[in-house]
Amino acid sequence: MIVKLKIFRFDPQTDKRPYYQTFEVEADPMDRLLDCLNRVRWEQDSTLAYRWSCSHGICGSDGMRINGICGLACQKLVRDFKEEVLIEPLPVFRVVKDLIVDLDPFFEKYHSIKPYLITRTPPLDQERRQSTEEQRLFETAIRCILCACCTASCPINQNKETERYVGPAALVRAFRYLFDSRDEASEERMALLDQKDGVWGCQTKWKCTEVCPKEIPVTREIGQIKKRIYESKHTKE
Amino acid sequence: MIFQHDIVIVGAGLAGLRAAVVCAGETDVAVVTKVFPTRSHSGTAQGGISASIGNEEEDHWEWHLFDTVKGSDYLSDQDAVEIMVKDAPRAIYELEHMGVPFSRTPEGKIAQRNFGGHTRDYGKKPVKRACYAADRTGRVVLDTLYDQCLHHQVKFYSEHYVLSLVFDEGKCVGVVTYDLATGKLHFLQAKAVLLATGGCGKIYKTTSNGFASTGDGFSLANQSGIPLEDMEFIQFHPTGLYPLGILVSEAARGEGGILRNSQGERFMERYAPTIKDLAARDVVSRAILTEIKEGRGIGGKDYVHLDLTHLGEKKISERLWEIASFVRIYLGIDPVYNPIPVQPTCHYVMGGIPTDVDGRVLRDEKGLVIRGLYGAGECACVSVHGANRLGCNSLLDLLVFGRRSGLAMKEEIKQYEHPSLSSDPLKMVEEKISRLMSHKGVEKVDPLRRKMQSIMMDYGSVFRNEKGLKKGIEEIRALRERYQDVEIANKGKAFHFELMEAIELGHQLDLSEVILFSALHRKESRGAHFREDFPARTDPYFLKHTLVFQTPKGPEVRYKPVKVTRFQPQARVY
Repeated sequence: MIVKLKIFRFDPQTDKRPYYQTFEVEADPMDRLLDCLNRVRWEQDSTLAYRWSCSHGICGSDGMRINGICGLACQKLVRDFKEEVLIEPLPVFRVVKDLIVDLDPFFEKYHSIKPYLITRTPPLDQERRQSTEEQRLFETAIRCILCACCTASCPINQNKETERYVGPAALVRAFRYLFDSRDEASEERMALLDQKDGVWGCQTKWKCTEVCPKEIPVTREIGQIKKRIYESKHTKE
Repeated sequence: MIFQHDIVIVGAGLAGLRAAVVCAGETDVAVVTKVFPTRSHSGTAQGGISASIGNEEEDHWEWHLFDTVKGSDYLSDQDAVEIMVKDAPRAIYELEHMGVPFSRTPEGKIAQRNFGGHTRDYGKKPVKRACYAADRTGRVVLDTLYDQCLHHQVKFYSEHYVLSLVFDEGKCVGVVTYDLATGKLHFLQAKAVLLATGGCGKIYKTTSNGFASTGDGFSLANQSGIPLEDMEFIQFHPTGLYPLGILVSEAARGEGGILRNSQGERFMERYAPTIKDLAARDVVSRAILTEIKEGRGIGGKDYVHLDLTHLGEKKISERLWEIASFVRIYLGIDPVYNPIPVQPTCHYVMGGIPTDVDGRVLRDEKGLVIRGLYGAGECACVSVHGANRLGCNSLLDLLVFGRRSGLAMKEEIKQYEHPSLSSDPLKMVEEKISRLMSHKGVEKVDPLRRKMQSIMMDYGSVFRNEKGLKKGIEEIRALRERYQDVEIANKGKAFHFELMEAIELGHQLDLSEVILFSALHRKESRGAHFREDFPARTDPYFLKHTLVFQTPKGPEVRYKPVKVTRFQPQARVY
């Protein structure tokens, strides 16, 4: 079958403004959109720029906006699209070239939530114990591949006035450590998150949960952080 | 631009990041990577990391040692394997302390599962040795190590592609990189360089490897006068998702999955009566292809079934969530109710840049060390995997030898200052790039690459013979001629992937020749290298490591002995 792709193009070095370009490629219904992009780049226009790597939804490179919805090009099959497919870069971030965006701000926010286990008790010469129930508390959060689809889809992050909000991806990782029974920095983490642009930036719009390619219940996990902060204040008073 | 660091690590997979973590804080360490660090291919490792911590049942490092040596078809260096398996428990606990979210036993210990070739009591029955986090073990370890690097302020050069290794008076003094975002060249001067560039699966048409696995590190080393060891040993993982080749972890069989042919028969019972579906990968891959060849593929096609339907939805969603998700997305079927179509897929290269047990790169068969240059992970050959790697031993290799390389580099650099160089390392590379960019020719990268991938599949995959290998070498050489006439259409600067892929293809073609050349000269069958014309293992002649050197006259093969300590070669039956 023939697939029509309408692709956002912009090279800040040479173009005054972005434009759209349409390509047609021959594809099998079971091909991925990423396969189609590769074909465009290899056979028609080698200047087309996008990121890709594992091509099966683990590395998180090829997040983009597909017919208006953020997702991974390697997880979308051609057969699921009837008409022309509109392909654009992730919103929220600055376009560097075509479908490539500057993810530095995304990773700075990610870094800001202290994405590592903090412990004070010296480790044993074996593993720290953790029950299967304790481990399952944050099990869904470790599926996150940092593709940035959630943060790019978040209406709060999209709004210039509230763009400083740390965003769902960073909060999923914050949840993962806050709810890890081995971590010993709950107070520190909650203080970090208990901010207007921290967890309270979330207004429960559910967009993050809708688009997550790994089916993480993002909004629910953010809600659990809020609940935990609220409860800890409440008990103190 | 010129940047100086104590240590430069090339590659941000598990080997590179593990080395970076051990160096961080005390030395100025930088990691160069052509993809963003968390996009590295180590993240796709699913099943687990082997260690005889015995959380689920009795286990001993001696059993792990035996299994690894037997799995390697006796070609691994047993002193190196011993270091690795003895260090495994420490490596696992260390990861746990860093925060890796391992799955747990009911007592709260790290959970372990069965994996191919890992047995109790020297081969009697399968043992649970693989420490895992569901079926996303590689990804969570990658994330944890990356997070540790952030924590310890490791400098990253992301989306920088290494173009050459720089030597001064025989010592490695840095690398030249191409900044993908800007198209600019940089010289990263270092007192020690670690190559942790991963594998080269993309040489083959069907592979579990990501696009970045183009073997740049092997080839850069080989071009710099360093031999490549045991490159004929290419692992085909038995269960690649048909037809894409995406990995379906051995964990699926470790959790009880069964391979079946068109007659519904559990055919592994015939090939490996004792441990059946959990035999070593080379054995299972050959069995699958034999079934297909003899007409028992499903519907007469090139695949068999991996049956998980008896495991139940709960177990599949708890322990094999990622795999189930791939099957649903890419094939539109549900593994809870339908068997999964699988075929062998190129997965791992056992060979690589020869190193000692501390990652020091060796320049010849006598073991002469190159100062300032290290190798770890898939691109290196210690050799702990010999002729066939066991599942879960790869992550262990990365962690153990990545760390040891880091420790050795920290020690070695104490004696060095950054030298002033006699020649400009950027100049030569600049000339090469501008030649490539301005060449007017008729060839394009993609058709040449496709042709290479088919040639390697036809003549250099699971079953090989002299006629095919010779033909393959001839055809690869013809492609290398055509490669000289590649024209780059894109004249821009930013994110010039056409240029990067053209350079990668050069590496891939060189490596293809080395693989076929090594395979042609090994006139026996051992582990993953099966010669139809020499179907038996021949220890008197070939219990030795292949080394391929590049000379002005073309590749030259030499050999070095295998280190046998505890286990003399025996017949390999599973």
